[in-house]
Amino acid sequence: MTRQQLLDLYFMDARSKLIDIAAFLDRVDRGEGEPDFRLDAFRKALAELHGGEPERAKGVLMSLSDPTAEPIAKAHGKGAVGAWPGSAEPAN
Amino acid sequence: MRYIEPHGHMVSRVTDDYEAMVLAGCRAVCEPAFWAGYDRSGPEGFYDYFCQLTDYEPKRAAKFGLPHFTWLCINPKESEDTKLAEEVIALIPQFLERPNVLGIGEIGLNKNTRNELKVLEQHIDLAARHDQLILVHTPHLEDKHKGTRLILDAMKADTRIEPARVIIDHVEEHTIQMVLDEGFWAGITLYPESKTTPPRAIDMFEVYGGQRVWLNSACDWGRSDPLAVPKTGVEMRRRGHSDETIDQLVFQNPIHFLAQNPRFTVR
Repeated sequence: MTRQQLLDLYFMDARSKLIDIAAFLDRVDRGEGEPDFRLDAFRKALAELHGGEPERAKGVLMSLSDPTAEPIAKAHGKGAVGAWPGSAEPAN
Repeated sequence: MRYIEPHGHMVSRVTDDYEAMVLAGCRAVCEPAFWAGYDRSGPEGFYDYFCQLTDYEPKRAAKFGLPHFTWLCINPKESEDTKLAEEVIALIPQFLERPNVLGIGEIGLNKNTRNELKVLEQHIDLAARHDQLILVHTPHLEDKHKGTRLILDAMKADTRIEPARVIIDHVEEHTIQMVLDEGFWAGITLYPESKTTPPRAIDMFEVYGGQRVWLNSACDWGRSDPLAVPKTGVEMRRRGHSDETIDQLVFQNPIHFLAQNPRFTVR
């Protein structure tokens, strides 16, 4: 498809999601107390949008991923939270 | 639009969903064993679940003329208890000859622990000994990239495993390349929040090609859509893809993989 056709198809949807992200960050700013690691991870992932290559989705996903290679000794619960807590959270 | 739903957890869906899927063009549904949302108290719970998957659920689907197939395992979310896992794995062979069983799945990792990896290796051995197809669940969110790498390494470490007989499911933009590069099939899962949206799934199809790729809804008891596959077909039409291309991705590709087990047939 041409870039014009893709804009016709997806611009309004992307615009809506972009404003949702802005409003989410505003909401967190207005909140009280200290945020956890997820906010820093989110801001870091946002920087991936400025990349010049069409691999931004991969960049965002990698930015939010556990970069280690070895299996961990024990899980602290079954769920995932969407961002890697890093060395601040016991991984082993 | 004819299509296959190659990954749907129908035990957690209502009967109306079967009707809606058939009306949308579904020709077969395949149901991997998974986590019930709570940990079972013992192997007896899994025995009952395997009976449900191989006896009751195919009858429920048959009321709408829909062939129902299944995959068996203890899922990664209950693999931390290795004793329970061994007991459940020992139950599986007696079910492998049932007429709707396609293979071992959805096995894999959840939090990428050593115990999960040990149980994954036991499942791989089970599949190899019984010459079964394998369907793999890759971890969620921040654990997916690392877990996918660990899973691929575990598969490759067992020389009895042919990558063309293994589908690695729930791939995203950061994992699809490594899966395809190493000869495995890749499953793209369509979810409203996590995993992949229809536009992103089509992006991956366009960028990486669709030779060893299928789409699935993985509909279950969480937020999910049993019609996600045909809806993605509609989105592909909006993107200018031909009916032939759509049919290849949502109908012929899953048949190509699944028919490696001769039990899998569709009209």
